[in-house]
Amino acid sequence: MADNEGNGSKQGTKKKKADRWSAGVIPYAEMGYWLPDYEPKDSDVLCAFRITPQPGVPPEEAGAAVAGESSTATWTVVWTDRLTAHETYQAKCYKVDPVPNTEGQYIAYIAYNIDLFEEGSIANLTSSIIGNVFGFKALKALRLEDMRIPLHYVKTFQGPAHGIIMEREYLDKFGRPLLGATTKPKLGLSARNYGRVVYEALRGGLDFTKDDENINSQPFMRWRDRYLYSMEGVNKAIAATGEVKGHYLNVTAGTMEDMYERATFAKEVGTVIIMIDLTIGYTAIQSMAKFARANSLILHLHRAGHGTYTRQKNHGVNFRVIAKWMRLAGVDHIHAGTVVGKLEGDPNATAGYYDTCREMKQPINPVKGIFFDQDWGSMPGMMPVASGGIHAGQMGDLLHYLGEDVVLQFGGGTIGHPMGIAAGAEANRVALEAMIKARNEGRDYRKEAQDILKAAAKKCAALDTALATWGDISFNYESTDMPDVVETPTSV
Amino acid sequence: MRITQGTFSFLPDLTDAEITAQIQYALDNKWPCSVEFTDDPHPRNVYWDMWGLPMFDLADAAGVLAEVNACRKAKPEHYIRLNAYNANYGKQTVALSFIVQRPSDEPGFRLDRQDAHDRTIHYTLHPYAADAPPGRRYNGQQ
Repeated sequence: MADNEGNGSKQGTKKKKADRWSAGVIPYAEMGYWLPDYEPKDSDVLCAFRITPQPGVPPEEAGAAVAGESSTATWTVVWTDRLTAHETYQAKCYKVDPVPNTEGQYIAYIAYNIDLFEEGSIANLTSSIIGNVFGFKALKALRLEDMRIPLHYVKTFQGPAHGIIMEREYLDKFGRPLLGATTKPKLGLSARNYGRVVYEALRGGLDFTKDDENINSQPFMRWRDRYLYSMEGVNKAIAATGEVKGHYLNVTAGTMEDMYERATFAKEVGTVIIMIDLTIGYTAIQSMAKFARANSLILHLHRAGHGTYTRQKNHGVNFRVIAKWMRLAGVDHIHAGTVVGKLEGDPNATAGYYDTCREMKQPINPVKGIFFDQDWGSMPGMMPVASGGIHAGQMGDLLHYLGEDVVLQFGGGTIGHPMGIAAGAEANRVALEAMIKARNEGRDYRKEAQDILKAAAKKCAALDTALATWGDISFNYESTDMPDVVETPTSV
Repeated sequence: MRITQGTFSFLPDLTDAEITAQIQYALDNKWPCSVEFTDDPHPRNVYWDMWGLPMFDLADAAGVLAEVNACRKAKPEHYIRLNAYNANYGKQTVALSFIVQRPSDEPGFRLDRQDAHDRTIHYTLHPYAADAPPGRRYNGQQ
């Protein structure tokens, strides 16, 4: 690395600083991509990247390289830059901070002019921000931690097809989290048996049941048959309870044409909600969000596959960024973690994800992993969905961590109930209503949660059995991903 | 059957003391309360009849409960619900809504199925009580 010392990520012949336009290779920092005096404009897109430079690459040069490669730069000087107002189009790395207690990692702050991005296109935004740059050799690893989307750009997106308020009014459900369950086993049930699970769970007390992400249209159950039997279950449960209920009909398919066909049929059979998987891609998600708004369908997003790029601390894209993109793209529901369940989720980081889904303004908050002030204007919020290894016995913690505008999905915790699926649903609903009632009465519901549940269980055999079956099940593993830009106590 | 609309339908019917505690929670949040009644429990019957206007300026939980009881007295066989409304920017919707009275008998709903094309079925929900004209449902009680 001797020939590279103190200079930059590019190896080989280097030019003197003055020679900005001579053919050849000069450090990105000297090409205008490192501007420590730059003051970001209100209309700039801002990014916070966690960078791990290769040995010998100074962090400012690494940050400049990320700015360059995610905007106008190529590896060498090109004279055609001089045909443009290049200083406008160049992204600017304006700050690099070391990550406390983590050698070799830095947070690089980069500003992008809004003109770099097409209006209303997540595909275009992400092709720049997480395009080529993530394979860049001068960095060992690169992670997009957060983004500030300027309100000017927010306003070019549709946003959630309905949003939390419209969803609640449409469902006529207020003052408590919504309850759901994913049909299990997730694969193998025939359509007729599948509809049975839908009916039992809904009549027992849930608001929603759900297709799993990998239920699309397989040989054991084709999509059209699933929709018909599921809607029989939904309607029968509505008649049994007098409540609006729904089943997330997954319309994910191999082509947009197939998805539109399925979503159109879902609308025709009268569902209130459809569902898509994150694997269909950003453009397909935006298309389905338009369809959902035009056809009065709530749009649920299952974040299938996100763990491949959100979970590792030093490389990939933090989930809070994915949540921001999905709010812009226009989904109404998004899975955002449980804190207490079986899947990854540090309490502070999860609080940051939930804020990203629901708040109209998010102040900078390093404890929650929020790097920038974010103004959503009047864009509606998404309903976060908590799913994966949660049960009625955790209701106090769930309400404490996740709040009221959330869908709590108990799959195994409903369908695995010893007295049957409807009893499992009833147990969850009674536990939830008892906890909300106690909270509203001013009780310290989190501390007294077990007493509150036990008292409710005296009048509900289903809850009593649920507590006896799962009461002490917990998943206490250390998170792999916690905010670390400030030191903070974490606890579950 | 027991209609399970509202925030607390899976719990035993709330006592007046329990209702008062919920009203106090609403008032502490600066959510005005309102009382509504109906004899049509169809889940898409959004507009229950209003028992007066929302009580925007009433800061006393006992006063709200008095309106609940006045409505109960006038409509002993109707569904009555108590709503709390959050008028804050970004919400501007109902924050809490729960049933505080039910008719003595809840006959429930008939589910009509109309066979349509290609195995699709058109479902219609019909409250048995709605067979009688409004005001003469549920034991003929007003």
